[in-house]
Amino acid sequence: MNITLPKVRVPYLLLFPGFAFLFTFFILPIVNLAQTSTETPISGGDTGQYEQTFAFSNYLHAFLDNREQFARSFIFATLSTIFALAIAYPLAYAIAFKSGKFKNILLVLVVAPFFTSFLLRTIAWKQILGEEGFVVPTLRTLHLLGQQTTITSTSVAVVAGMTYNFLPFMTLPLYASLERIDPRTIEASGDLYANALTTFRRVTVPLSMPGVVAGTLLTFIPAAGDYVNASILGSPNTKMIGNVIESRYFKIVDYPTAAALSFTLMAAILILVTLYIRKAGTEELV
Amino acid sequence: MATEHPLSPEARSILGARISRRGVLAGAGGLGAAGLLAACGGSGGDSASSANTVRWGNWPLYLDFDAKTKKYPTLEKFSKDSGIDAKYFEDYNDNDEFFGKVQAQLKLGEDIGYDVVTPTDWMAARWIRLGYTQKFDLANIPNHGNILDSLKSPSYDPNRESSLTWQGIMAGFGWNVEKNPKGIHTLEQLFAPQNKGKIVVLTEMRDTIGVILMAQGVDITKVTEAQFMNAVDFMAKKIKDGWIRGVKGNEYAQDLTSGDATAVIGWSGDMFILASENEGKFDFAIPESGGTISGDNLMIPSTASATGKANGEKLINYYYDPAVAAEVAAYVNYVCPVKGAQAEMEKIAPELATSEYIFPTEKTASRLQVFRSLTPDEETKWSEAFQKAQGN
Repeated sequence: MNITLPKVRVPYLLLFPGFAFLFTFFILPIVNLAQTSTETPISGGDTGQYEQTFAFSNYLHAFLDNREQFARSFIFATLSTIFALAIAYPLAYAIAFKSGKFKNILLVLVVAPFFTSFLLRTIAWKQILGEEGFVVPTLRTLHLLGQQTTITSTSVAVVAGMTYNFLPFMTLPLYASLERIDPRTIEASGDLYANALTTFRRVTVPLSMPGVVAGTLLTFIPAAGDYVNASILGSPNTKMIGNVIESRYFKIVDYPTAAALSFTLMAAILILVTLYIRKAGTEELV
Repeated sequence: MATEHPLSPEARSILGARISRRGVLAGAGGLGAAGLLAACGGSGGDSASSANTVRWGNWPLYLDFDAKTKKYPTLEKFSKDSGIDAKYFEDYNDNDEFFGKVQAQLKLGEDIGYDVVTPTDWMAARWIRLGYTQKFDLANIPNHGNILDSLKSPSYDPNRESSLTWQGIMAGFGWNVEKNPKGIHTLEQLFAPQNKGKIVVLTEMRDTIGVILMAQGVDITKVTEAQFMNAVDFMAKKIKDGWIRGVKGNEYAQDLTSGDATAVIGWSGDMFILASENEGKFDFAIPESGGTISGDNLMIPSTASATGKANGEKLINYYYDPAVAAEVAAYVNYVCPVKGAQAEMEKIAPELATSEYIFPTEKTASRLQVFRSLTPDEETKWSEAFQKAQGN
């Protein structure tokens, strides 16, 4: 055997492709975005022409002008994360412990929505919840919905769409951690005279916490920045911060504010996630 | 006209060719005729230097299309006659979005992937201002003079040296006939109780705010900032109070068909197609106080190669042939910008030759106004206000 590479370099070489990729597609754009975020319009220049003036006040304006949409984004993201958890936990539990030979089929069904585009699924929701879909007329016949009330173009539709779209991201990590639970721990709990509820509360839930933490992060983070659900299922009164960034970038051609908003959003998510992980404990992620 | 009926025999020959080609392709499976044609042409990819190609970026549903053959008859004919392989992209969905996508390349002088683009007037003005277009070689466009007199000298291109109108677009009121049996002709009728929460207006600022401004008695060719902001406030209030459910692009058509919208500020051509596809369930009118008119413009980007430019000019010239223009107008139903097309329309679809949507009469035209051009500062400030009103 003639190994020409000193062993020490091997890990670095293995890291190189990943690092090169992240450098090109993450670090460089972030640096570019940071530069853009402090630019101001060139006086007398045309639409979309900016120069670097280190205007950090862009951040203040960007945040103050859009507090409402920031707040809405985090409220919607929190709500859809909670709903997704409420739906996904029993689902993952059933698949992990009660599905028997149907386990694989059920898992495929959880992932199946990914076979069609995110956009198409959201547009389908718009049809289902629309005036001529079956949901609205049924609810009206049952007098659960007023004759003039609609579902699309409301916060309800946006949160429902987000819950649906991010559900698999919640279900899969939950399933993975529930499935790993050693059944003997549950049996042991029974041997120690714990009833089913206590076993669930004291054994199953704590052991599934890594899945809960991973699932909530995978749902909350993309949900906070989402703009597809709000633009397809919402109205002008339910716009989220993602919609503002899109409009700043493409419609107003105000790149600095769009960049400043993106950074503010990233920072806000980072702070919230850090607090959450502190509280939940980092070891839960492993 | 050189010949009496230039279109009919040619149209017949295209039709004949298409049928025979379909016969040949029977059993060819998934391999489309387009793929086969491209293979025959020997040109592949989107490289700019390809001698015999022209790449055209246009808005969706904006060129005559044969649903059966999945082809664009007039474009097919152009390729066949000129030997230029015309690649057609329906990916111009929004002026700002398209500009956002190609701006960086235009600035660097790198190929944007199109030899002909189709921006709306105000955006065309921006391209010209920034030097992102090339002046036409009029020798390649003998039909240049066929443009309607009313479109001959816009402020952004007084001699039409680098732009020619593709289609004209009227904006006005569209409505569901069952919910609005008396029609919608004024802003009060648009905001009638039965439409509450079911009104959709356009994302095109100049059309939506233009229609509102005209209803408020403002001359949109001279609109001031105060008047504009006043109209934006009016819209913002209607959104906050739950009258307007959405501010949308072409998607308003789906909202009308799904019943989610019963009244809109919309575009003539869309409404015409909706009405004909839904047995008259929808209708369109220019508001009593007047509607807006704008145009989409064929232009050659500064990044097109010399061949791309020459081929683009030939393409533009082809579509300024009245017979071809009539064929396109019969499908898209927007205002036709080409002189003599009305006479040609008589021959192919007489019922459309009198359509006010395609060939507005003097009287109709007098009720349409063009939104004045804005300075870059105004553009940023006004569109910011318009976006804010929509919750952005």
